Amino acid sequence: MAKQPIITVKNLVKKYDDFTAVNDISFEVYEGEIFGLLGPNGAGKTTTLEIIETLREKTSGEITVDGYSIDNDTDAIKKRIGVQLQAAGYYPNLNLSELIDLFSGLYGIDKSPKEMLEKVALTEKAKAKYKDLSGGQKQRFSIATTLINDPRIIFLDEPTTGLDPQARRNLWDLIRDIRDKGTTVVITTHYMDEAEVLCDRVAFIDGGHVIGIDTPDNFIDKLVATGFDRKKEVKSANLEDVFINLTGKEWRPE
Amino acid sequence: MSDKKSYSNLKATLAIAKASFTSIIRSPSAVVFSLAFPLIFIVVFANIGDKPVSVSVGVAKTSDTTNVIFRTLKSVKMVNLITSEPTADMESDLSKGSIDAIIDIQKTPASVSGAPGIGQPVMPTKAPLAVNVRYTKASQKGSILKSVLNNILFNINSLMAPNTPSVAKINETTISGREYKYIDFLLPGMLGFSLLSSGVFGTAFVFLSLRITLVIKRFFATPVKKYSIVLGEAIARLIFSWIGALFIILVGHFFFGFTLIHGVVTVINMLILSALGLIVFMGFGFIISGLAKNESSVPPIANVITLPQFLLSGTFFSTAAFPGWLQHLSDILPLTYLNIAMRHVAFEGASLFDVTHQLLILGVWFLVVYGVAVKTFRWE
Repeated sequence: MAKQPIITVKNLVKKYDDFTAVNDISFEVYEGEIFGLLGPNGAGKTTTLEIIETLREKTSGEITVDGYSIDNDTDAIKKRIGVQLQAAGYYPNLNLSELIDLFSGLYGIDKSPKEMLEKVALTEKAKAKYKDLSGGQKQRFSIATTLINDPRIIFLDEPTTGLDPQARRNLWDLIRDIRDKGTTVVITTHYMDEAEVLCDRVAFIDGGHVIGIDTPDNFIDKLVATGFDRKKEVKSANLEDVFINLTGKEWRPE
Repeated sequence: MSDKKSYSNLKATLAIAKASFTSIIRSPSAVVFSLAFPLIFIVVFANIGDKPVSVSVGVAKTSDTTNVIFRTLKSVKMVNLITSEPTADMESDLSKGSIDAIIDIQKTPASVSGAPGIGQPVMPTKAPLAVNVRYTKASQKGSILKSVLNNILFNINSLMAPNTPSVAKINETTISGREYKYIDFLLPGMLGFSLLSSGVFGTAFVFLSLRITLVIKRFFATPVKKYSIVLGEAIARLIFSWIGALFIILVGHFFFGFTLIHGVVTVINMLILSALGLIVFMGFGFIISGLAKNESSVPPIANVITLPQFLLSGTFFSTAAFPGWLQHLSDILPLTYLNIAMRHVAFEGASLFDVTHQLLILGVWFLVVYGVAVKTFRWE
């Protein structure tokens, strides 16, 4: 499969007054993959995402999203992407159906709330308020709002933070499903196990720099080739496996 | 990669308006401020204000109640005669001012000259009746009784002696005019207050919370334009305020006799004025939402803007009673002009062209407020 870049970031720099959040970052995201941006807090992941999402001005550099330049085609880009923000809220006092209707209006399209909520298994919560949902449900609803405009790419900023193991696995399935239907996914996370099983490729960012881009497998193989060995004896299961094994894999509505 | 169809800003604006309106009617504070408060004020103040002036007059136990003066006095609606109270209570009420005067009418033998004891003799020496009245410094309304009594005595005297030539004759006529009730003053003020609080508090809270909870940021990831967000919110608030205004006007008209000179036309003019006022007041809301750091800093700033206008813009009582320097302050506030325009339109049947002076001043406020709002407003 010829890898077609759908996002190209070249020499991206973002400076605040005396602080450089993003310092000369370049990478490509291929069409149809799940691409992970990994790195410690304050590494510049969210800033990079928000610049690509047209929510923040860059200081310098070039970004192309699905063939459109960030400099003069922000409207075209906005129509092609779906965005889930870290810790974003939704319009107060509205139920999920009404929120979907609102977003349909914002995108200028007609989507039935039922259809969108079906995609994330929330049809039963159509009349519920966002604030009354569980953590996992909130994230799934956020993902539903990113899919309203049938985007080519969706951006998910730490979608699984704070979720229990079941809800996390449930969300992975949803994200894989979205990728399999042809939507490119860009995701940030602090969980390396998540990146390992979910992402097709990952980029490590630290101090505003990209310090490596590859598939999770290649990264691990390269590290092992340097003679790295885990201190602990590697067992064929970890504690999370135990957790899932004991409490069951199926996700439970809280 | 062609666009299926061009993006509709109208559709986005209406979607925001619909969402915002739904959110407003589900928020208890908006409903309480815009509907319940003005209505409670109207019910309370209309009942206080509409009570006609009355003078409470204690009738002394010793008073003769069979004479013509007493009977005439009894028929005067303005005078409320109190006969059942013990003398001691009556005395203490008089000194407190809860009774305005005590009257004691005595039949006097023609030969007795002057009235004995307390009180002032109103009748000349040969009169068959002596009306002894004691007023109190605790009440101003004694003077009303005084003129009522003078009037009665004058009429009786001239009846008794019809041939006495008089110096002057009073010709009284009452023209039939519209009665200016307190509700006619109060309701437009309440309407203005409702618009002010909805415009200032509502707008400030909504935009601040949308900003803090990143709702607006999420909006910006869609192709929506900034003006669609502002316009959509404004439309929702306007429709909500119109429903509130209509409700207040109709309740006022049908239950409290609020005067609507030209009926529906007057109502429409009032709604147009409401819209203009609301737009100006929303500007204050935009300024506050930009200045406030969090939700708890909204009320202090908003009160600084709404309270002075609430008190000084002629909401409950006319600003004519204020001392000069305070009137100058009233003459600056936008709500003053909205109230004046509203009263002209409602009671005098003025058209919007007759209140251009007030509208012009609101226009100046519009420019000032939005000039500042553009500087202070923050999207994120």
